[in-house]
Amino acid sequence: MSAQVPTSDLFRSEHLRRRTIVNKTIELLATVAALAAVAVLIIVVGSVVRRGWGALNLDFFTQNQTIYSGFGPRPASGVANAIVGTLIIIGIAIVMALPVGVATAIYLNELAPRKLAGVLTLAFDVLNGIPAIVLGIFVFVFVVVGHGQAAWKASFALAILMVPLIARSTQEVLALVPISMREASLALGAAKWRTTISVVLPQAVGGIVTGATLATARAAGETAPLLFTSALYSADTMTYDPRQPLASIPMFIFTSAEQADPVLHEQAWGAAAVLIGIILIASLIARGFADRSVRRLKGER
Amino acid sequence: MTVAQERSPGPAALVRRGRFRPGDAVLYVVTAAAAFTGIALLVLISDEVLREAWPAMQKFGLHFLTTQAWGDNNKTLFGAKSFIYGTIVTSFGALLLATPISLAIALFLSELAPRWIRAFVAPLIELLAAIPSVVLGLWGILVLGPFITGTLGPAIHGSLGWLPIFASKPTVGSNMFAAILILTIMMVPIVSSICRELFVGVPSELKDGALALGATRWEVVRGVVFPYARAGIAAALILGLGRALGEAIAVTQVIGNNVAIHADLFKPGDTLASRIAGQYQGADTALQVASLVYLAVILLVFSLIANLAAQLIVRRVAGRHQIR
Repeated sequence: MSAQVPTSDLFRSEHLRRRTIVNKTIELLATVAALAAVAVLIIVVGSVVRRGWGALNLDFFTQNQTIYSGFGPRPASGVANAIVGTLIIIGIAIVMALPVGVATAIYLNELAPRKLAGVLTLAFDVLNGIPAIVLGIFVFVFVVVGHGQAAWKASFALAILMVPLIARSTQEVLALVPISMREASLALGAAKWRTTISVVLPQAVGGIVTGATLATARAAGETAPLLFTSALYSADTMTYDPRQPLASIPMFIFTSAEQADPVLHEQAWGAAAVLIGIILIASLIARGFADRSVRRLKGER
Repeated sequence: MTVAQERSPGPAALVRRGRFRPGDAVLYVVTAAAAFTGIALLVLISDEVLREAWPAMQKFGLHFLTTQAWGDNNKTLFGAKSFIYGTIVTSFGALLLATPISLAIALFLSELAPRWIRAFVAPLIELLAAIPSVVLGLWGILVLGPFITGTLGPAIHGSLGWLPIFASKPTVGSNMFAAILILTIMMVPIVSSICRELFVGVPSELKDGALALGATRWEVVRGVVFPYARAGIAAALILGLGRALGEAIAVTQVIGNNVAIHADLFKPGDTLASRIAGQYQGADTALQVASLVYLAVILLVFSLIANLAAQLIVRRVAGRHQIR
């Protein structure tokens, strides 16, 4: 494009007034766009908090969902089993994804020849782009068809989603660890594995925690991988067994939103508020870790 | 979004020669096994999905792509035509809306905003990306839907009703227009945060040079920033498009799940991902399951193409910058 070479349209001319107007208009539009995005955020979060606030009472956190026939007094109901289910599903997903993600990053950053690392990274980037619903269908045809749904199968689908995120963020932190530290360790006679585990990883641990937390926050809100793996749960019982399908907050929101029951809608808003709260807190914690560890790594350069 | 490029030769080149250390071998084997899971999963996913879709692929062949049906003729006829149409209309519609908005936000954050506003607004926009799709879908059904039928829809129909895409007044809040808006909200934070990084990365000598020649800020953006970041912008848009193509939950909540092809955006429709999500309570026949997975195959192909394209562009650009 010839535009990088200033041509006559950069020339100060009688068009200056018009150019200034165009410039001011664009600046104004850009500002409006940014404000609009912030406004949408405020509107969405505002709706969730305003409409969900009324649902957030003690019963909401201590009772299970109840199946209401529509007659007689409504029994107390809440999302206790969905909160527990989400924690179990996410917990297992972290246990599956974290070691694989960190080991991947170690291989890609510390050990692999550069060409091979490029190919493997590309595979993870492409994996990262596969829609969550396709991952859900994959786990469905891989381990659910013929065997039934189970919470750990949902965790498996979420873990596939998390591994590329954890690997990528860990890789970025490992790349920040100064190469001189590795050289010093090797020069002292430490083996490569000892250097990696005792020198490189401790330096990067803050960044790894950050990446894992952000990946977890992302996975906690995903519904699509749960649809075919942990959706046929019994809504009104508390279950801890990951070999059975478990209730979860996203599935509760998804199914309640489809009902025509205003009480369920309010509870869905309440559950949405809880979910956003969890994600927000996780992101803030992650940000704190990231700032500290990255600042330290950069300061040591 | 790209990994910080380490200085060559990098940590991998630090090799100790001499005696064999079992610990090194273990580390090597274990981490290499993990690193190959990416490729292994891609192969496994493709294989499993293709295998499960095979009965439907055999029965319908490529006619599946041009058949508009779902469970017609007593659950023997399935096709993806209307879902492919819905997917393309909603994701490109969202792309059309999200592109100018995202670029404008990125410009605001990289060129216009004072530091303190930037420090305040940038995390807020990233927070928008962190809102789970199911929450956005809930908001879409219960807030956006009524707003479209009550206020926005009639207004747009009143002023732009001569366009075939706004030909009718929306009667239900669940329609393709709602899906486009929701997808736009999901795309904007992704695309704008990538573009902001690209714009910040434009060397300031180039911008200063143009400014010194008397260019206005917009002329600098048009003449220097955009051309410099062109490839990266394209990659960001493709990534955003890939995200929109594959979004199942929020779309299935707001689009109306209708097997139909309408030019009119105020009518309900359906997308590939949304149709899959809508069938979660169980498919009745083996053929229906196979057809469902066939939809996933189409979606997988779409997303693989989009992501591969975006990643290759990113890598080419990153390679160029490394040489500089």
